[in-house]
Amino acid sequence: MRVNFTVNGRPQEADDVWEGESLLYVLRERMGLPGSKNACEQGECGSCTVRLDGVPVCSCLVAAGQVEGREVVTVEGLAEYAQQRAEGHQGGGCATGACGTSLDQAKRWEARPADSQTGEGVELAPIQKAFIDAGAVQCGFCTPGLLVAADELLERNADPSDQDIREALSGNLCRCTGYEKILDAVRLAAARQGEAV
Amino acid sequence: MAPNTRTTPAGTPTNVTQKHARGGIGESTLRPDGTLKVTGEFAYSSDMWHEDMLWGHTLRSTVAHAEIASIDISEALATAGVYAVLTYDDLPAKMKNYGLEIQDTPVLANGRVRHHGEPVALVAADHPETARRAAAKIKIDYRELPLVTDEASALAEDAPLLHPGRDDHHSGHVPHPNIVHRQPIIRGDAAEAAKKADVIVTGEYVFGMQDQAFLGPESGLAVPSEDGGVDLYVATQWLHSDLRQIAPVLGLPEEKVRMTLSGVGGAFGGREDISMQIHACLLALRTGKPVKMVYNRFESFFGHVHRHPAKLRYEHGATKDGKITHMKCRIVLDGGAYASASPAVVGNASSLSVGPYVIDNVDIEAVALYTNNPPCGAMRGFGAVQACFAYEAQMDKLAAKLGMDPVEFRRLNAMEQGAIMPTGQVVDSPAPVAELLRRVKARPMPPERQWETAGEGADVRALPGGLSNTTHGEGVVRGVGYAVGIKNVGFSEGFDDYSTARVRLEVINGEPVAMVHTAMAEVGQGGVTVHAQIARTELGVTQVTIHPADTQVGSAGSTSASRQTYMTGGAVKNTCEAVREKVLEIGRRKYGSYHPAWATAELLLESGKVVTDGGEVLADLGELLEDESVDLELEFRHRPTQAFDLVTGQGDGHVQYTFAAHRAVVEVDTELGLVKVIELACAQDVGKALNMLSVVGQIQGGTTQGLGVAVMEEIIVDPKTAKVRNPSFTDYLIPTILDTPTMPVDVLELADPNAPYGLRGLGEAPTLSSTPAVLAAIRNATGLELNKTPVRPEHLTGTL
Amino acid sequence: MDFLRPASWEEALAAKAEHPTAVPIAGGTDVMVEINFDHRRPEYLLDLNRVELLRDWEAGEENVRLGASVTYTQIMEQLRAELPGLALASHTVASPQIRNRGGVGGNLGTASPAGDAHPALLAAGAEVEVESVRGSRFIPIDEFYTGVKRNALQPDELIKTVHIKKADGPQQYSKVGTRNAMVIAVCAFGLALHPETRTVRTGIGSAAPTPVRAKEAEEFLNAALEEGGFWDNGKIITPSIAKQFADLASAACNPIDDVRGTARYRRHAVGIMARRTLGWTWEQYRSTGATLEGAA
Repeated sequence: MRVNFTVNGRPQEADDVWEGESLLYVLRERMGLPGSKNACEQGECGSCTVRLDGVPVCSCLVAAGQVEGREVVTVEGLAEYAQQRAEGHQGGGCATGACGTSLDQAKRWEARPADSQTGEGVELAPIQKAFIDAGAVQCGFCTPGLLVAADELLERNADPSDQDIREALSGNLCRCTGYEKILDAVRLAAARQGEAV
Repeated sequence: MAPNTRTTPAGTPTNVTQKHARGGIGESTLRPDGTLKVTGEFAYSSDMWHEDMLWGHTLRSTVAHAEIASIDISEALATAGVYAVLTYDDLPAKMKNYGLEIQDTPVLANGRVRHHGEPVALVAADHPETARRAAAKIKIDYRELPLVTDEASALAEDAPLLHPGRDDHHSGHVPHPNIVHRQPIIRGDAAEAAKKADVIVTGEYVFGMQDQAFLGPESGLAVPSEDGGVDLYVATQWLHSDLRQIAPVLGLPEEKVRMTLSGVGGAFGGREDISMQIHACLLALRTGKPVKMVYNRFESFFGHVHRHPAKLRYEHGATKDGKITHMKCRIVLDGGAYASASPAVVGNASSLSVGPYVIDNVDIEAVALYTNNPPCGAMRGFGAVQACFAYEAQMDKLAAKLGMDPVEFRRLNAMEQGAIMPTGQVVDSPAPVAELLRRVKARPMPPERQWETAGEGADVRALPGGLSNTTHGEGVVRGVGYAVGIKNVGFSEGFDDYSTARVRLEVINGEPVAMVHTAMAEVGQGGVTVHAQIARTELGVTQVTIHPADTQVGSAGSTSASRQTYMTGGAVKNTCEAVREKVLEIGRRKYGSYHPAWATAELLLESGKVVTDGGEVLADLGELLEDESVDLELEFRHRPTQAFDLVTGQGDGHVQYTFAAHRAVVEVDTELGLVKVIELACAQDVGKALNMLSVVGQIQGGTTQGLGVAVMEEIIVDPKTAKVRNPSFTDYLIPTILDTPTMPVDVLELADPNAPYGLRGLGEAPTLSSTPAVLAAIRNATGLELNKTPVRPEHLTGTL
Repeated sequence: MDFLRPASWEEALAAKAEHPTAVPIAGGTDVMVEINFDHRRPEYLLDLNRVELLRDWEAGEENVRLGASVTYTQIMEQLRAELPGLALASHTVASPQIRNRGGVGGNLGTASPAGDAHPALLAAGAEVEVESVRGSRFIPIDEFYTGVKRNALQPDELIKTVHIKKADGPQQYSKVGTRNAMVIAVCAFGLALHPETRTVRTGIGSAAPTPVRAKEAEEFLNAALEEGGFWDNGKIITPSIAKQFADLASAACNPIDDVRGTARYRRHAVGIMARRTLGWTWEQYRSTGATLEGAA
């Protein structure tokens, strides 16, 4: 089947989608957006968290056909989403259609040795920056899902308590960090957000 | 051999101390891969994609032990979209097995499956669903065989042999062919010493099967090349070890199998063994197309080895004044169907079974069994974790029996530098066991009743049961427990453990740039961060490029055994020093005649310049090197170790020891048997913290994995069928952020003079002591004995 | 596999009538797991996400009419006053991401004994409105669960609305899992005080082949409260009454041993939860006499 929906502000179309495919599979394998991660595919780890019409969901448990006509924001579009929110656009969003990796770019993406030194000078969302600064990233596999969830937490609660952070992130498993530095990162992002206001 | 007679190993701190390097060692520089990881652009092995690629799928056995009477692939092969179906008969080379130490693991089952989930057939198709449907059409006729599931059934007179006719290097000395390896250690006279004991305590302990549960599933992409070889992009812990196992099975020379490390989504030992590597290559070579394989979480539970479950029987004695007289123990590890890292696990379990204590009289035996249970191998702290759980429980029992404080009792028996291990090895660098315990004990206690809020009732998030709203404080009792552990660093028992680093120094646009190329698997631990720091420190440059890890450079050894910063970090340091020397040689050649300091002074590289130790600038690297680059690849070895004697266990088997201590504070809902860990404080000696942010992250992560196995993590194998009952994240639970407490960390830096920068491998030690500390705290809260991990609500409520 | 995307309730009913084997999918939090893990390959998936009326809820005089797809997040955030027990139960469901997608309709459709909503629905009192092209009917919640993962739906029927009694007194919900978040129930217990009728209702999850009420426990407690004049005098319920109630709640279980827990533990834990939830609700009742939101 064919599915049309908006990803990171851009209309996208996927063809020949098998009816049992998840949104996660379509993003990763058909749209060249592998940022959302495939750790458990049963809604028990949160690594595939995306915003679906603004709401954080596990994209592994959304059938591809269910996103027809809807808006999805992935980690690849998070920086732009956060920037637009900061500029006062309602609830973030990618109205300009200029956020995230373009589909053309994404489709050109292929297996190649990753140069671990690239990625400098990239615009980051405050939560992304805070994750790096606080040491909240180790293997990084849980990171995209955590970022989407944590960004949404700070969107609705600018000054969360530690328990609020823990509750909001309780659907995201991390195996490397023991979560302490993830808590640090969210506190840091909240504090920086507070200073900026 | 006395330690002080050893030859000076490579990597000993040299006389030249580079300093003032920005972003050098000792700073908490940020990860070079951080930006890519937070933007979703970091390419993990499951993210690989190639034009025209196929999807590989593995068909696995549905029973644990059976002969395969027949396999019919005809219907699967005839499925539209299917490009290949492979079974044992399709394997192209004479070599059909692989294995880390013993090549006993079939690439595909050869007429017999030995555990639930063993690979039997492979499918390549144009869509994962096509491959799955085709695999479901493969008909296998299993004739089930009697099961070997524990020591009794493994050693029974009529026990089926897992590997009849085995002729590996352990088969000659084991008492039974279903024992992979046995290591006794005898020192002093335990029986005689027992007579002098005023108190004796015994205990039988059971350690459950833990899963590494790394989040990035086994996955990769194999791309056939025009020369008949294959390029493999994969997540692993040791590229060259994979290569050594892959190439012979493919019937290819190693140079035709080119491996590149993809992004690794965690490892923790679970990627030390081969998973999909050979399968993807076989399918790619057969179809002539790139083949991607990605396990889902269900398959991942069958796709890698687990932590050995263990049964441990201990006896300790002590005098009235609290001195331990002797220890006897027997440790039985279940290795499952294939050897994997079992021999090394036996070596660690036996040689570290005494813990960080001085006990002169010991009688130790550790064995690993072959059974039809899932294969077990490396996991963070392997062998030492199981032993620590048991000996720390024994320490508490002894202290209780003597009426002593458990920490004071431990400190009274704690080893120090100069102590002699049961293997006869002298601990020749700092062993601050008592100090670590003192530090965790001295911490202020976390406040009581943190769930109470101002007027809004109980905050269940701070209580046992958490969001499930099971208590508002009823039945909740606090407990405190302590533990300390000892782990070896690096590969032991005479293994030629080395790492290789290639470093190139050149000048680009007037600025010196160092490129570091190793085959080290960055699995999240931050090796790439410290490599850059080391290069900055040693070469006085700011810009460092980390080359992707691949097999175009020599082996880096495994990212395991807490060894990579020591070993590949040491290799980078070592090569950088050689590069620096080469640069200085060039300088001497070019400029030596102009300035006497070239010949007489201690020379350093700082901020892109050659300077004297007095600070005088002699040359700019840009002028010195011009278009020349210095490019060296060198191996680095730690000091040699010895095999343990097979009868007495004597031998200087280990390179370095590492220590951590924990204090756990828990709150237990004693009526429902639910546990909330409130705080888990750790003190650890790391020798030298090259990057404190990473050090603390490792300690907290390791601590949490120990917490997990204390209260929730266990792969449950049905003893009647040897089948795994909970292969999913729904029923194999790992801690969430609501299960994880605050984890204050106290880092000591007591240099080990034998190690690069004095550092001490650190990743595993916190995983050891975390589990027994939590158990001790739960015992303290409940008064129960609790000899098994994980502790389940049933154990705390008497409802098993 | 075919993917059916009805735009309206009528189209959904027509599709279900035409393809009775079609598997409805709304939040996807059960169905997609089964598909991802290759446990299920339905011929048709019937997507209900576009059916707006399933996402609506309305609080009437007596009942809350809860659309089958109203998410757990909405229930816990917006219906705490009307449905305190269900709001507490919703808070225990899996993770925030799952609560943002899943709804009571899915719990009822799957009818797993471990579904978190069931004990709260049983305790509050509810009717499930199901519909097919043949018409609609109301199934009392006590008759809805017919076996392990089986319910009273006909093949052509879909769950439309759950009519839940608005709370007329305090309600509580507890669930035991072996993790402090994101965990499937080992067992669960829901309790609702109904001061208007001077009755207590209960629900037990994951401790029998279906969700069940502890009817003997309810009857005992109703009689004991009446006899002691507790509803009027607001006295603390005596420990012996609480214990008897807890024992009867345990006895109402018919659990199994599985990887999540033993039968013995489940019986034990249900008793503890029964006693505690009774204590909490009664304390709320004594202090206010009125409906209260769950304390947690």
